[in-house]
Amino acid sequence: MAANPMSQFDVYRIGPEIKVGAFDISFTNASLFMILSTVSILLIFNLGSKKNSILPNKIQLLAELSYTFVSKMISDTAGSKAKPYFAFIFSLFMFVLFCNMFGMIPYTFTVTSHIIVTFVLAAFIFIGVTVIGFIKHGFGYLKLFVPSGVPAVLLPLIVVIEIISYLSRPISLSVRLFANMMAGHTMMKVFGGFVISLGIVGGWLPLSFSVALTGLEILVAFLQAYVFAILTCIYLNDALNLHH
Amino acid sequence: MVKKIYFQLIFFSFFFIKEAFAAESGGMPQLNPEFWVSQVFWLILTFGIMYLVLSKLILPKISNNLESRKSQILENIEAAEKQRKDSDAKLKEYDEIISKSKLEANSIFNQAREKALKDIGAKREVLDKQIDNEITEAEKEIDALRKNAPDKINKIAIETSSELLQKLIGAEVNNSSISAIVDDLSKRNGDKYYGN
Repeated sequence: MAANPMSQFDVYRIGPEIKVGAFDISFTNASLFMILSTVSILLIFNLGSKKNSILPNKIQLLAELSYTFVSKMISDTAGSKAKPYFAFIFSLFMFVLFCNMFGMIPYTFTVTSHIIVTFVLAAFIFIGVTVIGFIKHGFGYLKLFVPSGVPAVLLPLIVVIEIISYLSRPISLSVRLFANMMAGHTMMKVFGGFVISLGIVGGWLPLSFSVALTGLEILVAFLQAYVFAILTCIYLNDALNLHH
Repeated sequence: MVKKIYFQLIFFSFFFIKEAFAAESGGMPQLNPEFWVSQVFWLILTFGIMYLVLSKLILPKISNNLESRKSQILENIEAAEKQRKDSDAKLKEYDEIISKSKLEANSIFNQAREKALKDIGAKREVLDKQIDNEITEAEKEIDALRKNAPDKINKIAIETSSELLQKLIGAEVNNSSISAIVDDLSKRNGDKYYGN
């Protein structure tokens, strides 16, 4: 069973089955790692914001660097109007980053490798951005689907394409993160399996590959969190500053 | 490129899984909806709590910290700038004082020198006058002496010559005739004896 590269994505119940009406909301390993991620985020940032010294200590520096990093990312992509959404994007980035990073520890569960989790996040972003767009611009927000400077002949086609691309945003956003995490972890598991099956003689090659992959996966874990957050910023930018 | 290899490998691994574990489970556990509701519930719960705590408690504190540090640094820079300006002004003042006192010292020195020169000049004038007076007096005396000298000499010459004649001849000679001869001689040879 352990040799199955997909078994690491199994969700199983921890403790008793909890049911609310027809819905099963039992505490699972996924819930455990969500809680671990959020608790560690809150712990780190709470420690990092407790004292205010002119020369910050390491944890304060970490907190402040992350703050300025996300704040700069938002102001660069979505401008100053996106300031009220800073806390949400910051939480989003940190949540995805910590879930991804927790997944890199052996024998852990990667929350973001489940399509349902990333899809809920992406759908929330999509709906939120659409609502913000309609609140800010009214029906003028529909101009988003009509790019300027397009010949009238092509317009029906372009509008259809734009609508499809807009509607596919939550899917692409969620699938990108989910597929990256799942692919990386599956790959590491496959190579780990090769190390065992090839043994002491031939196992060194997949082992070294596995080591390299771990580095790559840590990079991907960060990068995907960054991409997720920055795409959110870009969508938000569309809603806040209608360019078309 | 890397990604392509990556996905190919994944693809093949799925193939491998299907072959090996066909009996065990139906592929990806992600597509099994058994725990979807649970995952969504816990995601909303954890993420919501984290978002609330971050946005209400932690992030304002961090932004506050950053702001206060920024303002403090700016304040310090301002204070440093002010102090630099102050010290510059003080340096200027000090330079002015030095140059002023230098000028003063110069003027005092000049005054003292002038005064000393004046004193010396006055004293010299007085002395010059005194010396001139003395010289003129001495000259007068000399002139007087010089004027009187021929008469006295003539008198001495007359007396000595009369005495000589008396001793030589033994007869009294008339003083007036001798004086006539002496006057005549002294008039002839006066220039030779007295110069001028």
